[in-house]
Amino acid sequence: MDQQLRRRLWSVLLIIGFFAMWEAFCWIFHISDIVLPKPSQIIVTLVQRFPALWPHAVQTLYTTLVGFAFGILAGVLLGVMIGSSRLAYDVAYPLLIGFASIPKVAVVPIFVLWFGSGAVPAILTAMIMSLFPIVVNVATGLATTEPELEDVMKALRATKLDILWNVGLPRTMPYFFASLKVAVTLAFVGTVISETVASNRGIGNVMMIASSNFDVPLVFAGLIILAIMGVALYAVFSLVESRITGWAHRKDEFAMG
Amino acid sequence: MTGDISPRTDDTFVELENVTLAYGRGDKKVVALGETNLRIDQGDFVALVGPSGCGKSTILKLVTGLISATSGYVYVAGREVGAEPVRVGMAFQNPTMLPWLTVRDNVMMPLKIVPPFRQEYQSKKKTEFRDRADALLKEVGLAGFGDKHPWQLSGGMLQRASLCRALIHEPQLLMLDEPFGALDQFTREELWAVMQELWLKLKPTVLLVTHDLKEAGYLANRICVMRSRPGQIIDDAAVPFARPRTIDMSYTPEFVSMTQRLRELIVSARPVRETV
Repeated sequence: MDQQLRRRLWSVLLIIGFFAMWEAFCWIFHISDIVLPKPSQIIVTLVQRFPALWPHAVQTLYTTLVGFAFGILAGVLLGVMIGSSRLAYDVAYPLLIGFASIPKVAVVPIFVLWFGSGAVPAILTAMIMSLFPIVVNVATGLATTEPELEDVMKALRATKLDILWNVGLPRTMPYFFASLKVAVTLAFVGTVISETVASNRGIGNVMMIASSNFDVPLVFAGLIILAIMGVALYAVFSLVESRITGWAHRKDEFAMG
Repeated sequence: MTGDISPRTDDTFVELENVTLAYGRGDKKVVALGETNLRIDQGDFVALVGPSGCGKSTILKLVTGLISATSGYVYVAGREVGAEPVRVGMAFQNPTMLPWLTVRDNVMMPLKIVPPFRQEYQSKKKTEFRDRADALLKEVGLAGFGDKHPWQLSGGMLQRASLCRALIHEPQLLMLDEPFGALDQFTREELWAVMQELWLKLKPTVLLVTHDLKEAGYLANRICVMRSRPGQIIDDAAVPFARPRTIDMSYTPEFVSMTQRLRELIVSARPVRETV
């Protein structure tokens, strides 16, 4: 516990140190606000413009979570389909990797073309960004289930559905939740990209307008908000993961609790 | 000795008729099991011994229906395997507990799957099943461990739990694939006693695959010796000792000479190592 506390302390110190260095760097080299604003200035901007920024932050969070929810739904369905048999897994994997490696920024204009600007393309982008890590992890988790575990069930004349429900899916949970941490961050990226390209709301849009007005401190204020929300979402899903799939980490504290 | 080595009786529960099993095709074809005939009576306890790779586990998987024969027929309870409504219990060398479930829930898993318990599982009977699992756990010396998770138990304890899981649904057919193989000598001997007790009480038909001749002699009514490449049963002999058997009995001259005979059979059946 002491060790852990010390590590946390160092992490906090590193973060504070990072911003202090930044501040010092701007002072020493007389960096213009238009190039790189000082952290102190960003905080002032953040506080002053908070009432105006707040609805946009909420919009971005909302879009991210809706897109993410769709991403989970579609990702789990696709993952189960692909992971349910070795054959399906081997056949579908190349196509999946192909889709996954397309830079998702490139599809935003297509969504805008189809659905116009606004929340819909942003939600879709968030969904498609978060989709692939979920599909790949769920499929991998299912496809790599130990054959012996399945043999136990097969000897009992369990149906495929029984095996999926009682062995496949629970065993896949650690993979699934590990992917959620990554996916939620990606969904966030997707939302902001789409907002930047085609929207009149959201933090991405605010940053876009601010940068065209050379209001650089506001751009950075947006960035800080995004960072905070991103870390918060990651933390939430890490917590959910450790709660639900504690068995995979085999901690004694979990077992007792 | 390869023909009808066990005569058919009305009590025949498991029957292998001219069964072969081969993997691959053409030049790469590997015959895992040569033509095999085997009959096991209801309530009998048969051990399969032989050198590694002789197809002992293959027979077990064939009888369970986990793999299908290349040719020949496997009958269980008078019907072809897979079609029969027989309850099968299985225990492997690895305890294969599901790590996300408690030991009790692991033991109760067959009740969740196998009819008629399956239908009752969701309803009122769950507490009854729970008591049943606890009673069985107590019988193998795991009283009070039901709420633990598998990783909190030692190998021997897990193997006990694995036996409970194989028995909870009162299987008519019990398949044991070297279930005591990875345990130390004392735990093994202790579990033999537990196993014998459970068998005498529940009388399932048991097929035990093992490397350990003492284990086969202690537990089984009949010992089938197999040779490898291709796998084949070359000897089938009754074990004449009275029940309940004890460890002390395994040091009697009769027992020792029996295991010696089996040992010689297996050694002579070992594939000849090609000299360079």
